[in-house]
Amino acid sequence: MAKIISKQILSEKVVQLEIEAPRIANKRKAGHFVIIKIGDKGERIPLTISQASIDMGTITVVVQAVGVTSYKLSKLEIGEEVTDVVGPLGNPTVIERMGTVLCAGGGVGIAPLLPVVEAMHYAGNRVISVLAARSKELLILENEISVFSDEVIIVTDDGSYGHKGLITEGMEMAITREKIDQVIAIGPAIMMKYASMLSRKYNIPTLASLNSIMVDGTGMCGACRVSVGGQTKFVCVDGPEFNAYDVDFDELLMRLGSYTDEEAESYKRILT
Amino acid sequence: MNANTLEINSGRNEEWRINLRKTLKTKERTVIPRIKMPETEPLDRIKSYVEVNSGLTEEQAITEAQRCLDCVNPTCIEGCPVNINIPGFIKSIETHNFNNAIRVLKETNALPAVCGRVCPQEIQCEASCFYQTKLKKPAIAIGHLERFAADYERISGKVHIPETEAKRDYKVAIVGSGPSGLAAAGELVKLGYQVTVFEALHEFGGVLKYGIPEFRLPNEIVNFEINNLKKLGVNFKKNFIIGKTADFDDLREEGFSAFFVGSGAGLPLFMNIPGENFIGVLSANEYLTRVNLMGANKDDYDTPVFKGKKVAVIGGGNTAMDSVRTARRLGAGKAMIIYRRSEDEMPARDEEIQHAKEEGVEFLTLNNPVEYIADKNGRVNKIMLQKMKLGEPDTSGRRRPVPIKDSEYLLKVDLVIVSIGVSPNPLIPMSLPKLETSKWKTITVDPETMQSSIPDLFAGGDIVRGGATVILAMGDGRRAAKNIHNYLLKEMQSKQASGINKID
Ligand SMILES: Cc1cc2nc3c(=O)[nH]c(=O)nc-3n(C[C@H](O)[C@H](O)[C@H](O)COP(=O)(O)OP(=O)(O)OC[C@H]3O[C@@H](n4cnc5c(N)ncnc54)[C@H](O)[C@@H]3O)c2cc1C
Ligand code: FES
Repeated sequence: MAKIISKQILSEKVVQLEIEAPRIANKRKAGHFVIIKIGDKGERIPLTISQASIDMGTITVVVQAVGVTSYKLSKLEIGEEVTDVVGPLGNPTVIERMGTVLCAGGGVGIAPLLPVVEAMHYAGNRVISVLAARSKELLILENEISVFSDEVIIVTDDGSYGHKGLITEGMEMAITREKIDQVIAIGPAIMMKYASMLSRKYNIPTLASLNSIMVDGTGMCGACRVSVGGQTKFVCVDGPEFNAYDVDFDELLMRLGSYTDEEAESYKRILT
Repeated sequence: MNANTLEINSGRNEEWRINLRKTLKTKERTVIPRIKMPETEPLDRIKSYVEVNSGLTEEQAITEAQRCLDCVNPTCIEGCPVNINIPGFIKSIETHNFNNAIRVLKETNALPAVCGRVCPQEIQCEASCFYQTKLKKPAIAIGHLERFAADYERISGKVHIPETEAKRDYKVAIVGSGPSGLAAAGELVKLGYQVTVFEALHEFGGVLKYGIPEFRLPNEIVNFEINNLKKLGVNFKKNFIIGKTADFDDLREEGFSAFFVGSGAGLPLFMNIPGENFIGVLSANEYLTRVNLMGANKDDYDTPVFKGKKVAVIGGGNTAMDSVRTARRLGAGKAMIIYRRSEDEMPARDEEIQHAKEEGVEFLTLNNPVEYIADKNGRVNKIMLQKMKLGEPDTSGRRRPVPIKDSEYLLKVDLVIVSIGVSPNPLIPMSLPKLETSKWKTITVDPETMQSSIPDLFAGGDIVRGGATVILAMGDGRRAAKNIHNYLLKEMQSKQASGINKID
């Protein structure tokens, strides 16, 4: 059981929760995730740790209500408890001084990007963050990202804030202007696919953090498998970050849709 | 007969045993037919998760126990990987002394209710039974009797609480709550240690919970054993991954003086053939976990699972049988085992193969998948199979399957479960670069003591053996526990000699 210490609504369907988990807070690094489960009959879902406080013994996750579990989680209030939290899982992001790092985050992908931006900043990199959202209301964590970024470029689909356009357009603005040594892209699979196509065009090494379906998160089931460079990898133990050029994003997209029908049905059930 | 067996069987000369042998003539005993385990009807049981074997009645158990000749040379004991005093417990059943039967079983077997259900007795104790080897008659139903005694204890509530030694000021950590970890925990707590079991998942029991289905091993039985350990004082911590949530060094700092690693062989293998990542092709571990651990077969649980109508399970082991029988229970009209050798080579237990057949499972032996084909949404809909024939025996002694040229054909399916084996869970070795491992990625230990290349770390079960059995895992756990005790006694002595009273 892990108590919710604070809760903040970031946008219509997106909430940020600070959860008591001292051991995980102590061990987590940028790139790590946790698996959570709500209730005895709940499912296990992965969530990236976006922030942590060793002093407070807490970790922070950001969740978008898109399915049964994320909905239940978003409805929990301060003082209530998450039944199961386990982690930190996955391999941490490799943080080095590389020069100029472009961190591209789309939608709720901005939350897992935050610790990477922070760590890259402290490692002495120049950090350019490109944040994309459908509209101004849906853009999250801009202030937090700004604290650790030398520059923040914002793009929205509808042009309600920042530049109008797709994330790739924001990225290209920076890429055509100055030398970028590393790109890190986190967001929906389709966004990462296009982001890495762009950076490949400019020959910039690119990492993507994959958000596959998971069950255990410890390498035991293979639900999270994805093809990377023609080989099957388990996102939970081999990733979640991979060289984006090698990732078969189409397969990832396909596999993410595995249980769409089943999920839509149970989501409908809890909403009614 | 070896000296060990002689010692285990010394109870044979006790007066009650001598008298008991005289109550029936050998002839009278050998004419009794072997008891058949009462079972739920196949067509009923595939509609539910009810346990298939329903257990012997007292009367049936006593009659079966009468068959046992209480041999001078009980070869069955040698057939048992943990050398249970088999005649000792069976003769106790014959005299109605069920409490003594369970006491004898628990001398060497920490989980008799589990082993009585899932051990491959037909190739162990029962294969070495005098009836089978010399009389050419069906062996004593040792497994059924073991289960009977264990169930009697549980149901009667007369639980045999083992004596524990005085508390010692030493903490021992157990990594993983599968049979090896539970057995080690039980042994160490009896020796007076402060034992904590750390488990990565949100439930305890390892494969007993997430792998083996409830129709073969109800969760209630595993929970009962875990509760007994809790009563003895074992601490259980779930959602705790050693190497992630805390490292061995953290635990050493927190005062743990020794470790037992029973982290299992969790990583599922795939064949690396085209189309294996299509939707609807999953590992047996994923399929079974979704159902057994996550409750996906029940409507009020959140986890989804594919309910295939035409399900192909690739493989011939227990895991494959458990998967295919689960598929039947989830409504598959056609549930098939696809195995590249013949039925004789199948590693699954005979009982499981039999039960699967009764439940309408089809066996496509000498067939091997070479490719999966999917619809436009990426959902698997066909398998390309290749026919095989048996060639020369390979290193495992089984005849090697050889592909028959141009024999490929397509089979319609809507769900494929890959069950071709597992490799050891890499989390622990990954977190301990200095730990010696084999080329199969198992942890290397001294087979006598189960000690690894790191002196305070012992290991056993599937992480040491690769995929093995519950009884071997349990035996390892107990052996390791005894050696952890020896190791700590030496540590205490050397600390005392150097003037420190306690290991911190
Ligand atoms: C479907 C199936 C059916 C089977 N049927 C039979 C049968 O009929 N008869 C038989 O004898 N055998 C059977 N087996 C094999 C048997 O279950 C195993 O040999 C046995 O469970 C191994 O026990 P173990 O203690 O080594 O590990 P496991 O039972 O695998 O348990 C290991 C536990 O450790 C946990 N863990 C792993 N890493 C960590 C970590 N770093 N920190 C904390 N916890 C960790 C895991 O989550 C798991 O719970 C079957 C196996 C399967 C999968
Ligand atoms: S989530 Fe099960 S193996 Fe990765």
